[in-house]
Formats: sequence, structure tokens, C-alpha cells
Amino acid sequence: MATPGICDSANLNGGQKLAVKYFIVAITLFGAQVLFGLLAGLQYLYPDFLYGVLDFSVNRMVHINALVVWMLYGFLGSVYWLLEEESQHEVVGLKLGNLIFWVLTAAVTVVVLVYLFVQIGPGKESSIWLINEGREYIEAPRWADIGIVVSVLVVFFNVAATFSKGRYTGIAGVLVLDMLALFGIYLAGMFYTTNISIDQYWWWWVIHLWVEATWEVMVACIMAYGLMKVLGVRRKIVETWLYIEVALMFGSGILGLGHHYFWIGTPEYWFSIGGFFSALEPIPLVAMVVHAVFDAGARHAKNSNHPTMAWLIAHAFGNFFGAGVWGFMHTLPQINLYTHGTQWSASHGHLAFFGAYATIIIAMFYLAVQKWRGDVWMSGELPGNGWKWKWSLGLLNLGMVGMTMSMLVSGYVQSQIERAIEGSSWIGYFAAQGHPWFVQGMWWRELFGVMFTLGFVLLVWDLMTIGRGEKRVLVPAALDE
Amino acid sequence: MSTDQWWASESFWRKTAIWVTGGSFVVLMLLTMDTISQISVGTTRVPAYSVINHRIEYKFDEQRRVQVPVIGAKEPLFGKELNEEEAEALVKLGKLTTQSKNCMNCHTLLGNGAYYAPDLTKAWLDQYWGTKEIREEQMLAFIKDPSDKLHNSIGRRMPKLDITDEEARGVVAFLKWMSSIDTNGFPYNFKSIEQEK
Repeated sequence: MATPGICDSANLNGGQKLAVKYFIVAITLFGAQVLFGLLAGLQYLYPDFLYGVLDFSVNRMVHINALVVWMLYGFLGSVYWLLEEESQHEVVGLKLGNLIFWVLTAAVTVVVLVYLFVQIGPGKESSIWLINEGREYIEAPRWADIGIVVSVLVVFFNVAATFSKGRYTGIAGVLVLDMLALFGIYLAGMFYTTNISIDQYWWWWVIHLWVEATWEVMVACIMAYGLMKVLGVRRKIVETWLYIEVALMFGSGILGLGHHYFWIGTPEYWFSIGGFFSALEPIPLVAMVVHAVFDAGARHAKNSNHPTMAWLIAHAFGNFFGAGVWGFMHTLPQINLYTHGTQWSASHGHLAFFGAYATIIIAMFYLAVQKWRGDVWMSGELPGNGWKWKWSLGLLNLGMVGMTMSMLVSGYVQSQIERAIEGSSWIGYFAAQGHPWFVQGMWWRELFGVMFTLGFVLLVWDLMTIGRGEKRVLVPAALDE
Repeated sequence: MSTDQWWASESFWRKTAIWVTGGSFVVLMLLTMDTISQISVGTTRVPAYSVINHRIEYKFDEQRRVQVPVIGAKEPLFGKELNEEEAEALVKLGKLTTQSKNCMNCHTLLGNGAYYAPDLTKAWLDQYWGTKEIREEQMLAFIKDPSDKLHNSIGRRMPKLDITDEEARGVVAFLKWMSSIDTNGFPYNFKSIEQEK
């Protein structure tokens, strides 16, 4: 092994070399997400800012698309990262996997450039194929959809073939089936229909069944791996928990899809089905908190990578509060009638995506940096007492909680004034948007967004420097078997 | 905790995970088949595109205790009655225009989208358009170039999106048709434009 403290690809296995590439693009897109979020947030305060140049619609589209893609890159990177260790076999078809990484990245670049410089097209199907599909979160034009499907099928092949040739663990079984579902579901969003009710029906299959089902199971797999890695938890324990989580997650999340079918033209029976099952959705998230915190406590939080462990705990709580509590608050139709499509949704969306997904991908970044630098020491007594990772953890989490609370205040105002009193008319909408309480929330959101940005900058700086020149090497977490 | 108990064993939870997932998915497929048949175009929940030949109202229903769309007397859009194919072509042009102009990243449609501009679910019935007589012209003019029109007192404006005459007509047709969809009372307490005369 090379000298510790220097990033050397000789420290990584084949899958991990590819994973690092995915992680670098992921964090770059994370930066783009933050930047365009700041621009869009500023337009709430100064509507003429970039008007007619980069309109809110463009900034918001780049903001949410960068989100989806950086998380997807984070997941694919995480899968490649753990693949060889988990299967104890070299990645099958790694050359193809590498090629597809470059193809996918080139496609993402073209899509973003078209979003920024072409923006919109005429009302023809060719616009949907070449420029922008105009459907929230899956705006990517159809040619890119096809590229995404081909790419993910290659990743799926890498994963399934490697596990089949090597060791087929419990994590492997869940991961392979989850990736199959992830890719299959994406197909539900790849067609045009004029009937907007049917359009949104299938659109939610992609959005909900990704974010509230398959992505959750994906991070449960990463969490299982992470806990074994940094805490040394026994495989039997993490895999049993993984099955419990899958059962609870899919048991509540698949029919919880119904909470998106209250108001799009779909029949009234979705009120009961969607309300009931989505109300159960927080339960698996509680299970995940118990799992992570119990395991950490049982080992007196002794672990081989402090930043990773801290972000895994942030994930457990962020997932529970952001996805669980914030989702539950407005999931029943009796309240959702007033909150649907207001800043409540934005508040929930921010805390959920960050808490459930950004956190655990950041945990993987730290795990990757540690090994890349030659399995260096990353526990206590880091230079400067590890101030960079601690401050970035604090700024990112406080910034996000601040944004979430600000948007919730604005959401209260909006659901009361626009929805309940004024009845969602044009006049009612602007009566709420101009209300001092609403505006105040938007100001606080922007300020906390700046705090979040500082945390992001510090995170990047820390990832580039942590472990540099470190001579101490990692003491692997003692396996308690 | 001992893992010897059947309820704490790995194999019990693996089987449970498989059965719960499979079972939920089968139920979802059955519900999907039923729902798709109820929301296809030409049903009571989602009317045929030729509904744009009629007046559409949004009235309180005493039994359901929410507002529901009511299809009224003949009132062809732009004064010209269209057959089913013509109506579908016009609404299709409108829907394609809303997608290619990225409307959903400022507005919400059926409550879904972004929160920077008003919900469009019942935009056809909005009092903002003034009176029933001038509504169609107002909408066309606004959609084609909103940048110089009065919006609100907070300075937020819709940009000009190079929408042609024909596309603007399509968008209006799409909005009129969308307002006829039964959305279970969403949006609540909506105050419609005066149409009785």
C-alpha cells in the first residue's frame, strides 16, 4: 500500500475507482443545486433579478434536476463503492461501466446547457424530445431519458453479474431487486399524453416510488454497509434490520403513493388508502433511527470514521424528521386540501431530500476519502480538532433546518390566506405572497440558504484536505462476532 | 436480545419483506387498473375534450360538501363549435405548449409544480379575467405577452415566452378543459368569475 495521507488510486479497488468519479460529479452538481437555489430564492425577494435572462422557471428546474442527478450519482457511486467488498469479486464489465459513466456525464452536461441556453421550445413533441419535457423533476428531454435507462441498465448489469459471480449477501439481494425496481419505474414517466390526470398518475409513480420507496431502500442498504464498516456491527444484525426496514418501507410506501392521488382527478377511495398508508410511512424511519443510534450507543460511539458516523446519525434523524414528521404533518387529505402545492411542500421537500439522502451520500464521501488516502485515521484528535468537518456539519444542518422552518411559516400563511380564505384564486395567491409574514419567511429562507452555502464550501474544502499528510492509519472497527 | 426467537430471525423478516412488497404491488396494480378506467378522457371525472364547447362552472355540491365542476349550456370556445377530433387537437397543442414552455416550474397544475405563480387548475374560471365577455381575449393577450400586463403589487411578472396565436388558443382550450376535471373539491373555496348571464 502507498504512503498514507496521499490520494492514490492504488488504494482503491476497481469499483471504488469508478465510484470516486461518480462522487466528484455528484458533489459538483450539489454545488450547482445550491447556487441555483440561491438564485431562485433571491427572485422571490427581487422579482426583477435576472428576469427574462434566467427566469425563476429555469433556475428552479436546474435546482431540482441537479438535486435528482447528484443524488442518483451519489447512489450509483455508493453501489460501485461497496460492490467488490460486499461480493468479494471484481466488478464484472467494469470497462463498460466506465464508458457509461462518461456517456452519462456528457449527456447530463448537454441537458444542463440546453436548459440554460435554449430553455424553451415551440408547443410540439420535438421540444419534449430535444429540449425540455416540462414535467417537474423529470424535465430531462426524451433522448436523455433513453440514455439514462441504458446507463442504469449497464450499472444494473455490473451489480447483478458481480454479485452472481461472487458472494450473494442479504444486502446484495435487496440491492439488486431495488435497482431493478428503480429502473423499471423510470419507464412509467417516458410517454406523452394530453390527459393531464393520467399524465400525473404515472408521473407520481416515478417521483413517489423513487423517492419514498426505492431510494429509501437504497439508503437502507448503504446504511447497513456503513454501520458494518465504521462501527463493526454484525452482518446478521444489519441484514435482519434491513429486511424489517424493507418490509415496513414497501408495506407503507407502495400504497402510500395514494397521498398524491387526492386532487388530480382520481377517485375518492384514494383518500382512505393514501391517508392510511402514508400515515404509516414514518414507522420504518423510526426503525432506522433506533437501529443506527442503538448500534452506535452499544459501541459507545467508538468508530473508525467520525465524520461518516456523524453524517449517518444526521441521516437517521434527518430522514425521520424530514421525510417522516414533515411528510406526516400534511399527508391526510383533510389538511392536504389546504397545503397541497404551497410552501409547506417546499419545506417538506427540502428537509426530506437533505435529511434522507444528502446526509448519507456525504457520509459515503468521507468513507471514500478515507480509503483513497490509504485508510488513514479519521477518528478523534484530528488536526485542528477536525473543525472543518464539524463546522460544515453544523452549518449545513442548521442552514437546512432554518430554511425548512422559514418556508413552513410562509406555508402557514399561504395555506390560510390563499387556500382557506381566498380560495386559490389569482387575487388570493398574491394576497398571500405579498403578506409581510410570508415575505419574512422568504427572507429568512435566503439567509439560511447562505449559511447552508458556507457549510457546503467548507465541506468541499474539508473533503479535499482531511487526512492529507496523516501518518496514523485506521484501526478497523472491531467486528463483534 | 436473542435472535433465536422466530420474530427476531433473519429468515422471518426476509419472507415478510418479500410477501409485503409483492402483496402491496399487486394491490397497487389492481387499483391502478380501476383508476385508469375512471380517469380516461370521456368519463364523468375527466370529461371529453369537446367539453370546451360548453360552459363550465365550479359549484358547491350539497352531498359531497365540496365544489365540483358542472357542465352547462353550449358556450363554444372562441365562438366556434369543434368536433371531438378538433377539440382534442387544440387541447393537445395547449398541453404540449404548457410542457415545452416549462409552465410547471413556476405554476402548479392540479396543485403540482412550483410555487412561484398561481395554481392553474381553475384558471379558466378566475375572476382575474374580468368578465365572461372579455375573458377569452384577455387570456390570449396575457399568454402571448404577459410582461407588460398588470399582475400584482409585489412586482412579480410572467416573462414573454414566444407563444404564437395558435399556441395561445391551445393553452386556453387546455385550461378550459382542465377546469372540468373533478378534483374532489381542490381548490377549496374557489371564487369563480360571473357566468350566469
